[in-house]
Amino acid sequence: MARREIPEINAGSMADIAFLLLIFWLVTTTIDSDEGVKRQLPPPVPPDMEQQEVKDGDVYNVRTNFRDELLVEKEVMSIGELKDGAKDFLVATGTGLLHPERPNVTLSDENLKYPERQWVRKSELLALEQSFLAAGQNKRAEKVREKLTAIELFGGDYRELPGSALISLQTDRNTSYDLYLQVQNELEAAVNELRDELALAKFNETYASLEERYNRTKQESLLDKIKAIRLVYPQRISEAEPRDASQGYY
Amino acid sequence: MGKFKKNSKRESGAISTASLPDIVFMLLFFFMVATVLRTEEEMVKVVRPEASEIYKIEKKHLIRYINIGPPQDKRYGTEPVIQLNDQFADVALIRDWVENERLTLAEAEQTKMWVSMKVDQDTKMGVVTDVKQELRKASALKVLYSANSRERTN
Repeated sequence: MARREIPEINAGSMADIAFLLLIFWLVTTTIDSDEGVKRQLPPPVPPDMEQQEVKDGDVYNVRTNFRDELLVEKEVMSIGELKDGAKDFLVATGTGLLHPERPNVTLSDENLKYPERQWVRKSELLALEQSFLAAGQNKRAEKVREKLTAIELFGGDYRELPGSALISLQTDRNTSYDLYLQVQNELEAAVNELRDELALAKFNETYASLEERYNRTKQESLLDKIKAIRLVYPQRISEAEPRDASQGYY
Repeated sequence: MGKFKKNSKRESGAISTASLPDIVFMLLFFFMVATVLRTEEEMVKVVRPEASEIYKIEKKHLIRYINIGPPQDKRYGTEPVIQLNDQFADVALIRDWVENERLTLAEAEQTKMWVSMKVDQDTKMGVVTDVKQELRKASALKVLYSANSRERTN
């Protein structure tokens, strides 16, 4: 019997089948992305904690209401203005030393809504460090040393925000989540932009790229720079304990 | 004088498409490997808000999800509900849930747990605030508000 020749199978449609599979896959899978705005919630408040007194000018009050309107420092504001407002608050007095391109806000009596930055001086810090070390308070001495490193990196004394200066956010229960997130986002953007500006002026590199490089290489010198910038522009966004609007806090 | 010959006989051979399936299969495998599959079914409709200050969590196994939004199935109403794992839940259940989820992580990583809140942008803050208060009580303090990235506004 003569051998029959096997005909070649046409593979032209194979590509079509593969494309069908590919398209089916693309349509049916939902890509899950894990990105968003990062927040650290405050630990629960112990019931016996004392209320701390803060100076009126040291808190930047942001409130949102049920109509998705913003009340910032007792004035109505649009979300687009919030970032610049928060930046003014954070820069306030005396970062001009580090930050020549940002004009200083001058403090006058009627302009009390800005916290006054305080000098951090090398001579004082050195004495403070010695006294902490003598008293065996190593953690506090470590904090002082961080500030000394910052002064070295900046090449001079700087001014820091008072400990009580913070941005306070109070949200009504009927505010939309979208507005809430936009407010959080703008406040964080304000801090990040200031940090970027300062890092560019001092280290020729944005703060974001410093952080990114540190995460990659874990270099100590980069961490020192990051810490120095955080000392000048700390991220202090506090959310007020929730209150019910029907209890009438407006 | 030279003549221009029209070599009409010479045909360019058809381009072989034999490798095309291989290429497409490679694409298919690339997508299959590169996409992160959603592990649980979404029972609520979530339209994520947009934000510019985006943080991306590298260690995905540390993330646990809370979804808040109107139910996909209209029979459950249109009010926003909370979804934990594969079921609707009440705010009061969150603390137990956090404890249980924490136990699924290795001991050394239990303090590093992230809670990703996927909240529909039209949800009112009331329910979100309640959830946040419960998370604080359960000491799950690292929270990610899930959002799509956009450019910074000027």
